[in-house]
This record gives sequence, C-alpha cells and structure tokens, in this order.
Amino acid sequence: MSTTISTDTNTGASDTPTRDLRITDSTLRDGSHAMRHQFTEEQVRGVVHALDGAGVEVIEVAHGDGLGGSSFNYGFSLVDEMRLIKAAAEEAHRAKIAILMLPGVGTIEHLKHAHEMGASVARIATHCTEADTAIQHFGAARDLGMETVGFLMLSHRVGPAELARQARIQVDAGAQCVYVVDSAGALVLTDCQERVEALIAEIGGEAQVGFHGHQNLSMGVANSVLAYRAGAKQIDGALCALGAGAGNSPTEVLAATFDRLGITTGVDVGGVLAAAEEVVRPFLPRLPFMDRSAITQGQAGVYSSFLLHAERAAERYGVPAHAILQRVGEAGYVGGQEDMIIEVALRLAEERDLGDFAGQGVR
Amino acid sequence: MTVSFGSLPRRAATAAIVGPGNIGTDLMFKLLRRSDWITPRWMIGVDPTSDGLRRAASIGLTASAEGVDWLLAQDELPDIVFECTSAKAHAANAPRYEAAGIVAIDLTPAAVGPYCCPPVNLDLNLDAMNFNMITCGGQATTPVVAAVSRVVPVPYAEIVASIASKSAGPGTRANIDEFTETTATALEVVGGADKGKAIIILNPVEPPMKMRNTVFCAIPPEAAEPGPLQDQLNQSIFAMRDTVREYVPGYSFRADPQYDHARDTWNGMARVAVFVEVIGRGDYLPDYAGNLDIITAAAARVGDLVVEHRQGATGIPAGAESRSSSSTPSTSSAAQPTGAQA
Repeated sequence: MSTTISTDTNTGASDTPTRDLRITDSTLRDGSHAMRHQFTEEQVRGVVHALDGAGVEVIEVAHGDGLGGSSFNYGFSLVDEMRLIKAAAEEAHRAKIAILMLPGVGTIEHLKHAHEMGASVARIATHCTEADTAIQHFGAARDLGMETVGFLMLSHRVGPAELARQARIQVDAGAQCVYVVDSAGALVLTDCQERVEALIAEIGGEAQVGFHGHQNLSMGVANSVLAYRAGAKQIDGALCALGAGAGNSPTEVLAATFDRLGITTGVDVGGVLAAAEEVVRPFLPRLPFMDRSAITQGQAGVYSSFLLHAERAAERYGVPAHAILQRVGEAGYVGGQEDMIIEVALRLAEERDLGDFAGQGVR
Repeated sequence: MTVSFGSLPRRAATAAIVGPGNIGTDLMFKLLRRSDWITPRWMIGVDPTSDGLRRAASIGLTASAEGVDWLLAQDELPDIVFECTSAKAHAANAPRYEAAGIVAIDLTPAAVGPYCCPPVNLDLNLDAMNFNMITCGGQATTPVVAAVSRVVPVPYAEIVASIASKSAGPGTRANIDEFTETTATALEVVGGADKGKAIIILNPVEPPMKMRNTVFCAIPPEAAEPGPLQDQLNQSIFAMRDTVREYVPGYSFRADPQYDHARDTWNGMARVAVFVEVIGRGDYLPDYAGNLDIITAAAARVGDLVVEHRQGATGIPAGAESRSSSSTPSTSSAAQPTGAQA
C-alpha cells in the first residue's frame, strides 16, 4: 500500500529549506510508556498514516525504553517492535521512521535489525553525563547510512557547560543533531533556553540542536518555543501528549503554537489536530495528566517513565506512588533504573510498618 | 621503572596484568594482598602517563607502557596473564598468549574461553588455556540465576546491573554491547536459563552509588506461591549468597527475594526478583566500586585454583610445562603444593 521510506542521509534541515524547524513525533515511542508497551500493529499503522498525511517528517517507533527495551524491568511489548517498525515504514509515504536506542539496553544488532525493517533515523540516548558510552553506536548508525541524533537524557541534572561538553562527545562520535532531553519535565523556561544556547555555541557549526520536552510541570510547549528561539531546529512532540509521566509536548499544540508565531514547521495543523482527536484519543486508556505523582516527578527530577512502575509498586506494597517517586529523585536514579522502584517501595513499606509498631509502643 | 622481584611476595606462579585501568589496578592489589599462589610481577599498558602503571612501579612491579609486544619479547614470561583491556584487544591477544604457553584469565567481555563463574561452575576444566570471567554484572548475577534454576526451570532470566560512573573506565565504556551480550549468554550457559537478557546502567550520582544488580527470573506459577517449593527456592538463593560471600564479603541482598504472581503479559509465568548489592573492599577505588571487586576476586580465585591444580598435577607452575624455561621460584609456605582440591 505504500513505497518504502527514503533513505537519504541528509539531515532534515537541508532537504526541506522552506521551514524553520522540524517536528519529530514520538507518539509511537515515548507513548509506548503510557500504553504499557501494548501498541498493536493496527494502532501504529493508523498513527503513521495520519502523521504522514499531515506532513510530519520524522516518526519515532520503538519500545518506550528504546530498542531491546521489552523486558521484566520496563514491561514486555505486546507486539515485537521490529514488526511495528516494519509496519510504520510500509505505511509512511514521505516521513522517515526513527528509532530510539539506549546503549546498555539495546545493541548495535538491534540497530541493524531496525534499519533492515526500514528505520532511517537513529536516535541514540545516554544519560546526560555518559555520552561516551554511545560512541560505537553512532559509528555503527553512520556506517548504516542512517541519520543520527544524540539524546542527552535528564538534561536538568547538569549545567549548560557540562551538557555542551557531552554534546561535543556525541557530535565527534557522529551525531548530526544533539537534543536537550528534559526526561523529568524538570526544566523551567530559562533552564531549557540556557542549555540549548550552550549546545549551539559548542556544536552549532557542525550539527543541529533539538529539544524533547515533558509536561510534568506543564512546560513542554513553552520550553519548545524558547528552545527554538535559542537556535534549536528539531523539536519533539507526541499526539495527545502521549508519553511518559504527564506526557510530552503535544504535537498538535506545538504545530498550532508555532503556526501562530509564524514559525514554519511544514506540518498541517488541521491534520495533526485530526490525528490526535480521531486516531489517538479513541485508543487511549487514559489521557496523560499532571497528577500528584507526575508533578512530583517534575519537581524532584525523576525520569518520567518511572510513573506507571511506581504506581504498580504502590499498589503491590501499599505505599503512595508520589512518595516512591520523591525518594527516587532524592537517590538520583537515572533512566533505566526502574528496578530500584521495587526496593524503594519495600523500604517505605518497612518504615511504615516500623512506624505502626512504634505507634503501638512496640518499638 | 624496573624494581627487583625481591620486594614482592614469592609465590608459586607469576602473573602479568595487561591493562592498568580500574580493573587491572584493583586486581593487582587483590593478588598482592590476598592470593596464596600468584605473584603479580608485570603491569602492562600502552600509555606512559597511566596512573595504574605508576602505582604498579611504585610497589615493585615491572611496569611497561609498550604493550603486549614488549611482554612477549621478554626472556622471562609470566605463567598467567590477566587481561584487563578491552574485548577487542583480548580477541587479538588470546592466540599469542596461548602460543607462548601462558594461561590467560580474561576480565574483558571478549568471551574467548569457557564461561567461568567460581561459585557455580568450579567443575570447569582447569587445564584450559583461557578462562572467560564474563563481566562484573555476570559474576554478580549468574550465581543467583543458577540457584533458581537448580530448583525450578527458568525459561527466561534478566539482570539489570547499575554501577557508579566513576568505576567505569574507558574499556568498560567502549564495551557496552559486549557487556550485555556476554552477560546474557552467561545467564544461559552458566545460569541455566533458557534465554538471558542483560541491561547495564551507569549512574553518576554523588556520592557514588554502590554496585546494584537486580535479577529477575521467570518461574513456574506455583513457585511464586508460599509453600515448600518457594522455601526450597529461598534456601537455594541464600545458600548461593553465602558461597559468593566466601570470596566477596561485601555481597548481600537489599531485601528478601520478591515473588510476583503469574501474569498474562509474562507469558503466563510468575517472577522472582533478587536485589544484589556488592560493596567493594576498597583495594583500589572506594567501596562503591563493588563491580571491580566481584570480577577481580573471581579472577584471582580462578588463578589460584589453576595454579593449585597444576601444582598438584605436575609439581610445576601453571603454564611452565609448555615452555622451555621455568624460572619461577617457589619458596613461601603458602606456595607448597597441597594437592588439587577443585
């Protein structure tokens, strides 16, 4: 029903000089968290069809924790992500299909497989201080002829100067764009702007800069506008905000906002509004929402995908999810350490029981 | 840089450590302080400014920044080489060590020799010329998977190893894929799971976090319910913890094993989760770096067993039988052959 995707290696900016920035939609990757990794092939085809028709140029498809993320720790995929990537690539006429991978979770073998399935943009994510763990992966992606994007996760954890040093490592390894990734939704306005500016100053001559926002403190869209003003050329969104925590910057709001500001994205606003309302919303188990737990994540700087795992542990051990997330933030756990949530919940339950005994004079 | 052998303990066998990074330096201290059988005599690197080479020279080892070429060109060769470089380097070096009659104990994830985890498979062939020490995460988690699979079938095992960023040197950082692949294979080959998966996370938090490993095993639904089968599982898991503690005293569980009922999304299997913490002995980096200890302690132990075995079998040091010259002195009481125990 469609042609295969283009595999040219140009970055987005050069092949479409008529727009000011490029929107990458992550509904089918970050949204995988909110869907507990239960996307069906039919849903993927529907979303890709709608986004592609609306002129979104890059569509990310993978397990929420990136290639190879299907696991006890993060949740098993209902449908193998490689099958979903293949379906997405078949469905897209114009858009490129992107994948995300986290070195330590996925490997170059996963990357090659995804490339065979039709993915042409490799987004490679590390914690914001560990860029050098991805050097071999950027090299492999470039060897495959893929467009490359570096993701510096939990960017709020370090200052602009250190973040720029890490961006330099990714660019030297082969990244054609580096994202400030606000995984915890913890960056507030100038926090975002200063980081994008620092990256532009360090790598702007050789690579683009991007921004990936979360809504935990409702800053996703505003941060994206400031990121653009600071020089970012790639901005992430998700339809209906479907993403981890309180969700991502909604693609449809980004499109409408940039349109209102006269900043061209090449995206048809009506098209993405319809995609959100008519394609995504009907299958959502719940809308991403800034509830107590999600706001705690933004405030305490907790990786957004911990939310549903904390809720599950809260139920299992009878302790509040937001208290778990608060502890996780204090302990400084990073993306991928979902297993720590169980231990934190056990500790809280133990403290609660001791407190109960103490209340009865047993302690 | 050369200091005489006289300042080092004299034991039955000599060793060279190739790769003077975090792992190699920790291993040097471990062998010097704790080995009964092995004297580390050489530290080999490629960077003259390496801190590990400087430290090795300062305590009496012969330190060279001229790499394996230099080592293999010496008149006197070590009985054992401990490889602490990178997977790629060991893949290239392994045949050269073997040709020179040197036993290789490999602390990289190159996976050239048989997978080796002392608390689980000490029945391994001690006459082998290459021992694959898997990975730090593999040494910490494979024993738990083995303890579970001795009681119930384990169709799938998954581990998450979290280590402090400061404890991960350039070799570890360049070998992330090799780490996950070699560890996953070890969960199958040594741990007894049908399918293994490994994840590694580097965490830069200050003060540095202690090495933490979570082990998840898929188990039959009945094993997740309280009863004799679960009791048997717990017994096996705790017994294994005690076995590992014999050579890694800082090996502990952060909580009791957690059993979760069978779920459809788990293919109808139930799950046991075990939370392993490894506190190091602080031989080189501070105690957060349990990831160094668990693999260097395992490697030192295998080294001792190999020497002890060969002493018992032939009365001559490891590796020496395949070379014309044997120059290793054997004078300390600890080095007297006592017969192979393994």
